[in-house]
Amino acid sequence: MRAYVIRRFIQMLFTLYVLASVLFFMFRIVPGDPTLMYVDAAIPKEAQLVMLEQFGLNRPLGHQYLLYLKNTFQGEFGTSFYYHAPVARLIPPMLISTLLLMGTIITLAFVLGAVLGTLMAWRRGSRFELSMLATSLAFRSAPLFWTGIMALLVFSYTMKWFPIGGMHTPGQEFAGVLDKYFNLDFLHHLILPSLVGAIYFMASPMLIMRNSMLEVMGEDFIEMAKAKGLKDHTVMFKHAMRNALLPVVTVLSLMIGFAIGGQVLLETVFRWPGMGREMVLAIQRFDYPMAQASFFMLGVIVIILNFITDLLYGYLDPRVTYR
Amino acid sequence: MKKNLSPESESGHRSPPGRNPWYRWLKRTAGTAKFQLSLLWRDKIGMIGLIILVAIFLVAVFAPVLAPHDPMETMTRPDGRIARMVPPSWQFPFGTDRLGRDIFSQVIIGSRVAVFVGLISAFMVVFIGTNVGLISGYYGGIIDDILMRITDIVYGIPFLPFAVILVALIGPGLFNIILAIVLISWRSTARVIRAQVLTLKQRAFIEAARVSGASNFRIIYRHIMPNVLPLSFAYGALSMGTAILTEASVSFLGYGDPLLISWGKIIFMCYVAQAITVAWWWVLAPGLAIMLVVMSGFFIGRAYEQVVNPRLRER
Repeated sequence: MRAYVIRRFIQMLFTLYVLASVLFFMFRIVPGDPTLMYVDAAIPKEAQLVMLEQFGLNRPLGHQYLLYLKNTFQGEFGTSFYYHAPVARLIPPMLISTLLLMGTIITLAFVLGAVLGTLMAWRRGSRFELSMLATSLAFRSAPLFWTGIMALLVFSYTMKWFPIGGMHTPGQEFAGVLDKYFNLDFLHHLILPSLVGAIYFMASPMLIMRNSMLEVMGEDFIEMAKAKGLKDHTVMFKHAMRNALLPVVTVLSLMIGFAIGGQVLLETVFRWPGMGREMVLAIQRFDYPMAQASFFMLGVIVIILNFITDLLYGYLDPRVTYR
Repeated sequence: MKKNLSPESESGHRSPPGRNPWYRWLKRTAGTAKFQLSLLWRDKIGMIGLIILVAIFLVAVFAPVLAPHDPMETMTRPDGRIARMVPPSWQFPFGTDRLGRDIFSQVIIGSRVAVFVGLISAFMVVFIGTNVGLISGYYGGIIDDILMRITDIVYGIPFLPFAVILVALIGPGLFNIILAIVLISWRSTARVIRAQVLTLKQRAFIEAARVSGASNFRIIYRHIMPNVLPLSFAYGALSMGTAILTEASVSFLGYGDPLLISWGKIIFMCYVAQAITVAWWWVLAPGLAIMLVVMSGFFIGRAYEQVVNPRLRER
């Protein structure tokens, strides 16, 4: 098991390195002066020269690459053109907002998906199964931003059940991090975006769970449990579901890459102050240091979460750890 | 009549007797198409998906003829005023937008981009993913290692942010969007095809082919590939849906092709005009259109999935 963890860890570091390199070269293929990516053209000439020196932009490409890697490793992402503040200081609050929303969505999607998938498999061929199938597929086919807009229209504008977006009611002051996130107002703002996201991402785990359950239900030990006279839901949840969960966990790591994309859309529609929305805004404002850092952080989230789910999968199914 | 000497593959196809290899290939391909259609026919929902897809494809092909008005033209009411923000009516089935343009025509013309992006992306993803999976699974060893490492690394790159950044950097355009989609989407197909090839490799008919002197190329493409094709098509249908959704998302964020109308772009224009709260019809129609096409892709994908995994078949 330890060899598996070490191997995955090294792979994670390598993927981070590749991500940083891809970012480096992507921002170099922009036509025009690449120094505009790092140095704000609006600041005075002397300040520009100082920044050029700091980022090594007047040195050959190889030097620049190594300096870029060193900077990224130390968390030095430059100064935002728009906020006029170091990017490294701007990121943490946005990161927390994104992680909170994304965590809620993924948890909801998986819990709901697993439970409903189990029920679907249990009631094979019933109207419940077909209607669940149709609903989840319908929501998975509708674009996420469209579902969000419709939800806002119906539940926020018309019925006024939920606020029209944002993370807090404007004009509030907070004593600290805990006070900022652990209050009812935040929860009220969290409900609609997380439900919309969960409905969208629910289809995949639900279908996989159903397929997996169908296979498990044919096994002998389920027959045994039923013969013992155990109640339906005991057999379903305690015996069958546990064994059927493995393929669903595999899907978890696949989903994380897509969940980040969903974050970008949901944060834009609901005006949630997170990394995804910030990346899009930064690109619109030509605030390149912020855009680079946001994209990099989103990639880092994906890679680290993939690593954690790989560990989880290795823990649940030790066969995977043998090469 | 030439005697058929090639071993029979598991899908039950025999090489048709005939004069030259090209004729035989053509016959075989036509037979495969008929076979694929019969697979879909077995699952009624998959058939519905195919019908919807064909319908949308026809709409896209005949779009300029079907659209009642020019989508970019400002319409006027009978009394001479500009038909701004008109709710759905007989004259304008989906209503008009803030500039007085007919949304029904916009949706019809927009289907062209959707069909184009969907079909091309699906084809490229299936092509690249299947080949990577076949080569990686069949040869094994260091080729498999390298290809799978590359696939793992691609998994670490978030899909939509990458598409947005790429399009923002090299310029908005349909080709760039398709490039971004294809660069990332092949990874799932490759993984799955490789797993399937690994199980197929052990079967007796492959052993038979190798013993009778077939080259590696022939074994891969003549014997193994037809058996992974249903899985390829399943993932092709799924990736078509994903591609259309991605293009819609990129357009919604503002980085769609500036010269073309796409469904995502219609919603983007409504969002930018801040008309979402006042003009529900502007947003509803394109969203439903996207939902319809992607759902048909899912139906077809499910039908193929049932072929590969018979336990999923309904009763």
